[in-house]
Amino acid sequence: MDFTLILFYVFGALLLGSALLVVMVRNPVHAALFLVLAFVTAAGLWLLLYAEFLAITLVLVYVGAVMVLFLFVVMMLDINLDLLREGFWKNAPLAGLVGALMAFEMAALLLRGSRGAAAASVAPPASYSNTKALGSVLYTDYVFPFELAAVVLLVAIIAAIALTLRTRKETKYQDPGTQLAANSANRLKIVKGMTEKSQ
Amino acid sequence: MIPLSHSLVLGAMLFAIGVVGIFLNRKNLIILLMAIELMLLAVNMNFIAFSHHMGDLAGQVFVFFILTVAAAESAIGLAILVALFRNLRSINVDDLGTLKG
Repeated sequence: MDFTLILFYVFGALLLGSALLVVMVRNPVHAALFLVLAFVTAAGLWLLLYAEFLAITLVLVYVGAVMVLFLFVVMMLDINLDLLREGFWKNAPLAGLVGALMAFEMAALLLRGSRGAAAASVAPPASYSNTKALGSVLYTDYVFPFELAAVVLLVAIIAAIALTLRTRKETKYQDPGTQLAANSANRLKIVKGMTEKSQ
Repeated sequence: MIPLSHSLVLGAMLFAIGVVGIFLNRKNLIILLMAIELMLLAVNMNFIAFSHHMGDLAGQVFVFFILTVAAAESAIGLAILVALFRNLRSINVDDLGTLKG
């Protein structure tokens, strides 16, 4: 058994353990932190499978951005944990049964089906750059989906802001539209005052 | 070398854990979103294992797009969650019966 395989088993065990804790711990903050651990471990596994660029992307985008967003939201919400936990142990036997059955079925099929399949996975040569290869494919063959992904991200930004933005009544802000539409009539008011007659 | 079936079984077990998470935390929307993230991670794991073993970069390109869409999905999901919490003061799935569906 070579070192890579041992590392794979260690990382795999860590990944499964942290994933189990994500769905089982009581506190959502702890769950988010265990999800961070799961993502970092998965990045390690992807490095073992020679997907360097995606491993770094997983750490940067998921751990760096998405999980911070999760933590931010979890800490912002003031939730009643007891209410959300009810029914947890009632569902546990069924959940365990379904999960174990699913894992067993897929594992049995996969271990049986791919036995003797082409095990020609060779390590790429030292001069091979995964990022360069991925970039050259991404900007040529997949340039249209790449642009679409950018549009999806733009839509996500706009939707997230539009959903959460609210204007409070007491906040003071300037409306450029009304500022531009102003004319002398609503800026200056000439009042006919009573003046004393000069003697 | 890591055999292909080992990576696939790991992905299968991760996916099963995600399903178990959805069963267990039916009321907590945040944990439901996290379970969805776990299932997406399992799918990505399979794509990368196949990409490595077949020497085809298309699998990694697909994982790239899945990551993009998943990031967008969780951003919008969390925004909906925040808007929901402002209106209902709760994120319990049972309280979301306004449409009587």
